[in-house]
Amino acid sequence: MEKFEKLTGIAAPMPLVNIDTDMIIPKQFLKTIKRSGLGVHAFDEMRYLADGTENPDFVLNKPQYREAQILVAGDNFGCGSSREHAPWALADFGVKAVISTSFADIFYNNCFKNGMLPIVLPQEAVDVLMKDAEKGSNARMTVDLENQTVTTSDGESFAFELDPFRKHCLMNGLDDIGLTMEKVTAIDSFESQSAQSRPWV
Amino acid sequence: MSGKTLYDKIWDAHVVQQDEDGTCLLYIDRHLVHEVTSPQAFEGLRLAGRKVRAPGRTIAVPDHNVPTTLDRAKGIENEESRIQVEALDRNARDFGVHYYPVDDVRQGIVHIVGPEQGWTLPGMTVVCGDSHTATHGAFGALAHGIGTSEVEHVLATQTLIQKKSKNMKVEITGQLAPGVTAKDITLSVIGATGTAGGTGYVIEYCGEAIRSLSMEGRMTVCNMAIEGGARAGLIAPDETTFAYVQGRPHAPKGAQFEAALAWWKTLYSDDDAHWDKVVTLRGEDIAPVVTWGTSPEDVLPITAAVPAPADFKGGKVEAAQRALDYMGLKPGQKLTDIAIDTVFIGSCTNGRIEDLRAAAAILKGKKIKDGMRAMVVPGSGLVRAQAEEEGLAQIFLDAGFEWRLAGCSMCLAMNPDQLSPGERCAATSNRNFEGRQGKGGRTHLMSPAMAAAAAITGRLTDVRDLMTEPAQA
Repeated sequence: MEKFEKLTGIAAPMPLVNIDTDMIIPKQFLKTIKRSGLGVHAFDEMRYLADGTENPDFVLNKPQYREAQILVAGDNFGCGSSREHAPWALADFGVKAVISTSFADIFYNNCFKNGMLPIVLPQEAVDVLMKDAEKGSNARMTVDLENQTVTTSDGESFAFELDPFRKHCLMNGLDDIGLTMEKVTAIDSFESQSAQSRPWV
Repeated sequence: MSGKTLYDKIWDAHVVQQDEDGTCLLYIDRHLVHEVTSPQAFEGLRLAGRKVRAPGRTIAVPDHNVPTTLDRAKGIENEESRIQVEALDRNARDFGVHYYPVDDVRQGIVHIVGPEQGWTLPGMTVVCGDSHTATHGAFGALAHGIGTSEVEHVLATQTLIQKKSKNMKVEITGQLAPGVTAKDITLSVIGATGTAGGTGYVIEYCGEAIRSLSMEGRMTVCNMAIEGGARAGLIAPDETTFAYVQGRPHAPKGAQFEAALAWWKTLYSDDDAHWDKVVTLRGEDIAPVVTWGTSPEDVLPITAAVPAPADFKGGKVEAAQRALDYMGLKPGQKLTDIAIDTVFIGSCTNGRIEDLRAAAAILKGKKIKDGMRAMVVPGSGLVRAQAEEEGLAQIFLDAGFEWRLAGCSMCLAMNPDQLSPGERCAATSNRNFEGRQGKGGRTHLMSPAMAAAAAITGRLTDVRDLMTEPAQA
């Protein structure tokens, strides 16, 4: 997995609340058996018109946001299904961090498995960042994972909380399965104890 | 020291290892797998030369892509769907996991098959690459959805890296009024707490109205815990649970059952357990409800009118306006004046036998409105067979419904069962998101009895106006 350390880039404002996984990647694109290539379908129904051409009103189609690497979004981003296709699509589009007041649990987990950082901040902070994002491509926002801060183009900084283990994995690009495989003895011993205490399982 | 919640007890029984910062390695007893969220995980195993650690604890069934028309033996027309189902066939065979292929009578929606076959038992940890895994919480099992990377992690290690959620109690006191069902409970809770109200929590549903529900009803309640933002929903196991489990193909038998039962009976929240959040609703106050918008929190009693964006605060004002535009509704319009085109009865929320009984009780001897498209998609082949044996299928057919084969179908429209742009559907499923049932499709969520009532009148309808005897489920 790619390491995440510090990112300075364009942030796109998406103030809508409850942006769900069906919006991020509609079901017709879940039929793939690959992880790659979903970026072109990210936000498909908002991004493209009925004839397949781009909807010029959709934020990520506007010239100043086409290279956005950060999304500043309304509350409860990523609600809905468990589809990891949602972070796959965002990552493939080029998004590396999403900022909101809250995230749906499974989407939040899925981000970390793909080198993407979801940042939870209070409403007041998100309001300021949303305004900053509205300035377009001249305003670069900075996400500093090591120091756990987001800084606006004007230099206003907000600290965010993050689980230390998740931070460690993200900063070092660590693969969860590899880490867990190192604990195989503990898993073996749990299984043999469990075979005694809960033999019906 | 305070006592433990049911969630605490199940959690503690599954911790393989705990780090200093509270990160745990949690053992997974059952891993359910379907064709949409697993191919990349199996591919990951192959690339790394890894095996499935516990194939005997892994159960696979295709459900999302499968056609539900009676001619499905001829194969899947859509190439991508077919490839995905074929990939599951191959992966199940290559890695040696339990498998119910499309042509097996036990095939169906993964969350209906698991409990039906006795794979889901009280006190277990159950995961699946599907958010509606919450369904299994009805047995007092800790069950939740995971992404594909975590599917691969569970396949390889039979564990998950987890941090514990907070404890939330949702109590439904008293009894439900006639015509009010488990679906109305779960939608009303989301209406009260919002779709992010449960974020960071595991919910335990309790109270007299929950105790009075059948296992089918409890599964409906827990199924939508995810729509309320919770990691999982739980209901403490009791005699209703034990009676449902006993005798199922993969449930313990004889002395093993007795041993299991002794442990299962300890699975309840202690009186002095600590709750981080408590929500209480009076069962008597819950009405038959429908959704009007494009979020499961957009819930109102059927007797209400469409709200105005100005009724909301913050970001929800814009979201409500967008929802009204998408749904083609005007503020102040009575919900019972909304005409519908289509009725869908099915899904992991409401595709069990009791749901079909409740719908059939309303439809018996009646016809659906002229021009209405209506379908029943049983949750599994065995539900379908039982409904045929009970005469329910004939009631649906006589009323003008299509009687389909088992699958996820129009709940998420990955197979050919889809809405057209602007088509308005009364659905017993779980999500009313934009485009969920087909691009431009408009979804109103409700109970099976309410969906049956809507099929008869051709508009959203208060089922209590059509009831000759109390609806169940």
